[in-house]
Amino acid sequence: MEVEQTALPGIGLRHEFSTRYGRRIGVVSHRAGGRDLVIYDPGDPDRACETVKLNDVEADALAELLGAPRIVQRLNDLHREVEGLVSLQLPIAPGSPYAGRAMGEARVRTRTGASIVAVVRAGQVFASPAPGFPLAAGDVVVVVGSPDGTGAAADIIANG
Amino acid sequence: MNQTAILFLEFGAVLLGLGVLGALALRVGVSPIPLYLIAGLAFGTGGILPLTTSKEFVSVGAQLGVILVMLPLGLEYTADELVTSLKGNSRAGIVDVVVNAAPGAVCALLLGWGPVAAVAMAGVTYATSSSITARILSDLGWIGNRETPVVLSLLVFEELAMAIYLPILTAMLAGLSFLGGALTVGIALATVSVVLLVALRGGRLIQVFMARPNPEVLVLKMVGLALLVAGVAQQLHVSAAVGAFLVGIVLSGKLAEDAQALLIPMRDLFAAMFFVFFGLQTDPATIGPVAGLAALLALVSMVTKLVTGAYAARRAGIARAGRVRAGMALIPRGEFNIVIAGLAVTAGAHPDLGPVAAAYVLILAAFGPLAARLVQPLITAIAKRA
Repeated sequence: MEVEQTALPGIGLRHEFSTRYGRRIGVVSHRAGGRDLVIYDPGDPDRACETVKLNDVEADALAELLGAPRIVQRLNDLHREVEGLVSLQLPIAPGSPYAGRAMGEARVRTRTGASIVAVVRAGQVFASPAPGFPLAAGDVVVVVGSPDGTGAAADIIANG
Repeated sequence: MNQTAILFLEFGAVLLGLGVLGALALRVGVSPIPLYLIAGLAFGTGGILPLTTSKEFVSVGAQLGVILVMLPLGLEYTADELVTSLKGNSRAGIVDVVVNAAPGAVCALLLGWGPVAAVAMAGVTYATSSSITARILSDLGWIGNRETPVVLSLLVFEELAMAIYLPILTAMLAGLSFLGGALTVGIALATVSVVLLVALRGGRLIQVFMARPNPEVLVLKMVGLALLVAGVAQQLHVSAAVGAFLVGIVLSGKLAEDAQALLIPMRDLFAAMFFVFFGLQTDPATIGPVAGLAALLALVSMVTKLVTGAYAARRAGIARAGRVRAGMALIPRGEFNIVIAGLAVTAGAHPDLGPVAAAYVLILAAFGPLAARLVQPLITAIAKRA
């Protein structure tokens, strides 16, 4: 896939590309802030038939919606590609001993060999969290490792 | 009645009237510039409601207006963008100059207004109004369109062309001897080069000086600098408008963005005065006899801008419908054209030049956005039938 970048003097930048099904979409990044999501007319590929103006917060929300499930999907792809590698999504139940504690205190990697690669909270993905990252009930922890390692990690998260 | 009271009453009524007219114009999607010009015609000598006391005041306001119109025009594009457009777009840019300067120049020569007026009229028909075009692009949702970079880069090229053209025009209007004129043009061109170089390389020093602790101070520094440079430029016969414009080009980056946001309300006030004043100077009775000529000139230069836009868009690989849109977006004329005509009128050019330019800008500033608005439904209808 090729993303085309064009300068818009006095306005900002435009990125655009064609999808596999032949639709062309783009994003205009305004210098003054804000993004336009642009969808091109199939009959007149030079014309933006829909322009959705997004402020910074809305643009972030859209990016997250498009990006968040992709991380989990990529992990699944990854463990399909690498034999013996498993990723698990472990919810932190309200009774978990690590709810409200720093992630590092579970010492998951030292004890099991599996790694916590992301924490998903309220639809938002925190990729590669630091050991000091505080876990909370309702979070989903994404663990990658061998089948045994990830199983042991699930046990640690649930029972300590 | 007290003089000050009359001044405030007149001036207040004019501004309030302009505000109401402007709101109406924006509601129907037209630029307010033609309405300001009409208001000026109505308030001027020979108009319906000639102003008495506040004319002087408006005249000073208009002179400030030129500076406040030109400064944000210079701020619009960064020096990088100017240089990039010079490198990448010079071919379309030169076609733009030749094709669109020709109608004005030829018209002035045919009417026997002389070579200086021909140069001025060339500028009047050449420059597209970047502010009206920018508004068309955003109002009609054309910013994402693939022909839009073509339109914008032509506007950038025009700005650069203006930086070179305006000093030459002012030197010619000043009626300097060949040597004096050459000297002024030389100074002007050297200044433009230095300005671009400073803006590209050593902009930091100015940025540090202008660095804003708060918005109030930035406005004062910015307008102060623009006025100072404008004064020096005027003294060197390079015209205050050019000076302010060059200050705008030197300033770029974050500072320019902040300044632009701060200057726009001020510009709107003084620019309105500037357009009204140009209208004031023109006796409506003088427009009648030249209206046909102005309309013909407007028609011809609409076609030439369409051709320019279509040519530039075709070079960029844009399909037919996009080429038409690119041409349409370039039709409006506005502030640059009136500034140029204003310089020529002040220098005592042919008496018909002012009225022709006023009527010409009136037509294209009003008709340009309307035509652009109507073109897309037309293109869609044609595409459906085909």
